[in-house]
Amino acid sequence: MRHLIALCCCLFGLLSFSVYAAESSPQDSLLTELVGAKLKNMTPILEKLANTQGEAILPLFRILLGGDLYYIKADKSLVGQFDEQGNTVYKDVFSQVVVPNLSKKDVKKIRVNNTLRGYLRNAIAQIQLTAKSPELRQSAVRELLSKLDKDTINLIEALYPNEANKKVKEAMGLALSMYAATSIDLVPSNRLVAIERLSTSLEGDVRNTLTKLMKDENPAIVKAASEALENIAQRANRFAFIDQLFFGLSLGSVLLLASIGLAITFGVMGVINMAHGEMIMLGAYTTYVVQLIMPNYIDYSIWVAIPAAFLVSGLMGVLIERLVIRHLHGRPLETLLATFGISLILQQLVRTIFSPLNRQVSTPSWMSGSWEINPVLSLTLNRLYILAFALLVFIALVIILKKTSLGLNVRAVSQNRSMAKAMGVKTNWVDAMTFGLGSGIAGIAGVALSQLTNVGPNLGQAYIIDSFMVVVFGGVGNLLGTLVAAFSLGIATKFLEPTTGAVLAAIIVLVFIILFIQKRPKGLFPQKGRAAE
Amino acid sequence: MKIKMLTSAILLSGATLMTLPSWAADTIKVGVLHSLSGTMAISETTLKDTVLMMVEEQNKKGGLLGKQLEAIVVDPASNWPLFAEKGRELLTQEKVDVIFGSWTSVSRKSVLPVLEELNGLMFYPVQYEGEESSKNVFYTGAAPNQQAIPAVDYLMNDLDVERFVLAGTDYVYPRTTNKILEAYLKAKGVAAKDIMINYTPFGHSDWQSIVSDIKKFGGEGKKTAVVSTINGDANIPFYKELGNQGISSEDIPVVAFSVGEEELSGLDTKPLVGHLAAWNYFQSVESDANDEFIAKWKAFTKDSNRVTNDPMEATYIGFKMWANAVTDAGTTDVDAVEQAMIGQETPNLTGGIAVMNKNHHLSKPVLIGEIQDDGQFEVVWETDGVVAGDAWSDFLPGSKDLISDWTAPIKCGNYNTKTKTCSGQVY
Repeated sequence: MRHLIALCCCLFGLLSFSVYAAESSPQDSLLTELVGAKLKNMTPILEKLANTQGEAILPLFRILLGGDLYYIKADKSLVGQFDEQGNTVYKDVFSQVVVPNLSKKDVKKIRVNNTLRGYLRNAIAQIQLTAKSPELRQSAVRELLSKLDKDTINLIEALYPNEANKKVKEAMGLALSMYAATSIDLVPSNRLVAIERLSTSLEGDVRNTLTKLMKDENPAIVKAASEALENIAQRANRFAFIDQLFFGLSLGSVLLLASIGLAITFGVMGVINMAHGEMIMLGAYTTYVVQLIMPNYIDYSIWVAIPAAFLVSGLMGVLIERLVIRHLHGRPLETLLATFGISLILQQLVRTIFSPLNRQVSTPSWMSGSWEINPVLSLTLNRLYILAFALLVFIALVIILKKTSLGLNVRAVSQNRSMAKAMGVKTNWVDAMTFGLGSGIAGIAGVALSQLTNVGPNLGQAYIIDSFMVVVFGGVGNLLGTLVAAFSLGIATKFLEPTTGAVLAAIIVLVFIILFIQKRPKGLFPQKGRAAE
Repeated sequence: MKIKMLTSAILLSGATLMTLPSWAADTIKVGVLHSLSGTMAISETTLKDTVLMMVEEQNKKGGLLGKQLEAIVVDPASNWPLFAEKGRELLTQEKVDVIFGSWTSVSRKSVLPVLEELNGLMFYPVQYEGEESSKNVFYTGAAPNQQAIPAVDYLMNDLDVERFVLAGTDYVYPRTTNKILEAYLKAKGVAAKDIMINYTPFGHSDWQSIVSDIKKFGGEGKKTAVVSTINGDANIPFYKELGNQGISSEDIPVVAFSVGEEELSGLDTKPLVGHLAAWNYFQSVESDANDEFIAKWKAFTKDSNRVTNDPMEATYIGFKMWANAVTDAGTTDVDAVEQAMIGQETPNLTGGIAVMNKNHHLSKPVLIGEIQDDGQFEVVWETDGVVAGDAWSDFLPGSKDLISDWTAPIKCGNYNTKTKTCSGQVY
């Protein structure tokens, strides 16, 4: 608090023109002004704070940007809301000392809107140009690229010679070149050098600057700018291709996860399981419940949710197999109808228990955001993890089927049921386990999908058609086929989408599969040998 | 196809069981035609509860015309043709005096012929694409000029947006709204290359390439905004993807017409903060009437976390107006009530007075709010006074000469002011 008062005291001298200056406690004038201010009047107040305070105001700006700035109703002093081990605490903005005995009812939020957030981001960047960490400095420079004015440039110019970090220096050089390229009062040759320098960058702001230069009066500048733009476009296109490939792989991994369980129940056992989507849904809801149980450990919840979802969906699968499917063996149409009925029952069950509204599943912090390789290519982390996860699940499943005794039994039963039975394999038990395994894998898929899409009663329906499509396309009974089919469909869809739009892309892919199945009814990798009959 | 038929059959049999038994002999019957199962259940169950709450409240005040009100709830199960069947059931078997119902435009279009054939009366409480005015329907949600056009005006005037992405789900409401918006933007001098239109299927969940396209479209030097008519579930993955690809609301704001408090409840709103929505009502608006409504709603649902939203206010206004019109007319006869409805006034929950116009649409204020991290909206802009709902858009060549006027002497839903004729086709 003493810090705050000292800080505001020096403000006072500078702000004698402020209307509040004449009031009884002028020290806090700017900060209290913030409390009562209308949104549109807040920017000038913040500007004054930034101009007079410099770095000291950073904590306030950061808290405000995050939307965590509150004021205590009783004395109108500002506090920040923090989350400490799941508890909400309020701290003094500047000293970071916890203000005790405050509940949500005692404080009121200071709201921000987009204009303010834009201003804050910029102001923070300006102040952070001198920050200690090079990453912060670099992001500050990049943030400022879009709004380069004389003051900012002067600041960067002053800092440039002493900058030790190579990356930051490069970014600063870029900012200076951008400014130089657009300064009309500069000698054209200097501007051309600046443009040359810009042509190596992929920053969006650089492209905007160059596009603007295309309207320059000097033809030499226009020519240089257009050459630079072409240069950039060529490199950007290459990265755009990689980006699209990643989108395709990512969609493929989702398809793989959704269909791999079905590849077991439908592919290996031959059961047309319409309730497969609901197994995925149960897995997603399990994630939700796990997060409810451990709200303070969201980051680790996924590791609990994966085995939990496997068990929940797997047990449900065993239950369905024992109670329904077992009795319908060899009657595919009845199985289809019965499992479809089960899927409706499960959906309505979830609606009754959890309400028809979608449930919130939080994304762990380590899965949020993206891995930025360069300004035009960034891979979203959650998709990256799910891609890796899908492959892991696939490998695990292949190992189970090829290397374990359960796998051996499953293969034996699916190839020749009566012979397997004659050899002493408990076919009933194997059926239940296989169905449980397929359903459990679907549950795991649900955990992954809960990170990408809505967790609601209709989650499963969205994936059931796709799953069947992948399994049939890949060849029934062939796990490798499922893998290849999932990724090829994913990549095909994503490469079609930009030209045809999402709706048409889905239709084209479907038509292609229908034609393909006409030609090769057994899919990409048909089963061979006697087992196929 | 087989599967679809089967679904309908199962849902149909389930839906019939849902009908509540009627108990009293002489009551005024209020039909509720909202989906309680299927994809739309997420939005429509709330409206069913709102009607039940209003009925209960009216009964506490002594009912209407000395009779108690009785709510008849049926479940059309998000199945569009079933809306027509259930509507017929309400009108012929249950003989209801009024229906509150429908959410999607396709369900309204499905029940409309039944209403006109049997001369029923329905209140439709959701924002929609306009281009319709039936004698038997009162539209208490927003028409495009009460939501979409003011939102675009706000983007252009206050945020200096020059490029627009019109993103929508592929069905009638987004397509018509985007057609109107495109014509409007072009009339305002926005070049065709500065407008990007994109449609996605219902429940679309893989937004990677579309968001990356939007990012590219927005990265060309001009301030860009997304006008979203994306419906329902698909919104969440869309906003998540925006967040993951690092597009913040300051870079490219998204203004949505189908995202309200209800859709945001139970959601991680962090990636959505700062994006916009245009409605005629926000729960966060401070007024005595609104506080009272919210308190009543929480008490009725026995859940202090329940939120209110725009279609609920539209239901509230519609119900109040209908009750007043019945009192004024002294009967529940559809024709009498229909005439008594025109000119009815009811206070909005956000302040000001809603008026029912001759075209069966309301005059309401338009608000634009920014999403906050508590799932509520902070109003950043509002119209001065109320805006009258326009059934036929002035920005579409086919409908700019049409007006709707249900008073004598015109009495027509699509009267052509140039040729002075009524086409007779009522919807």
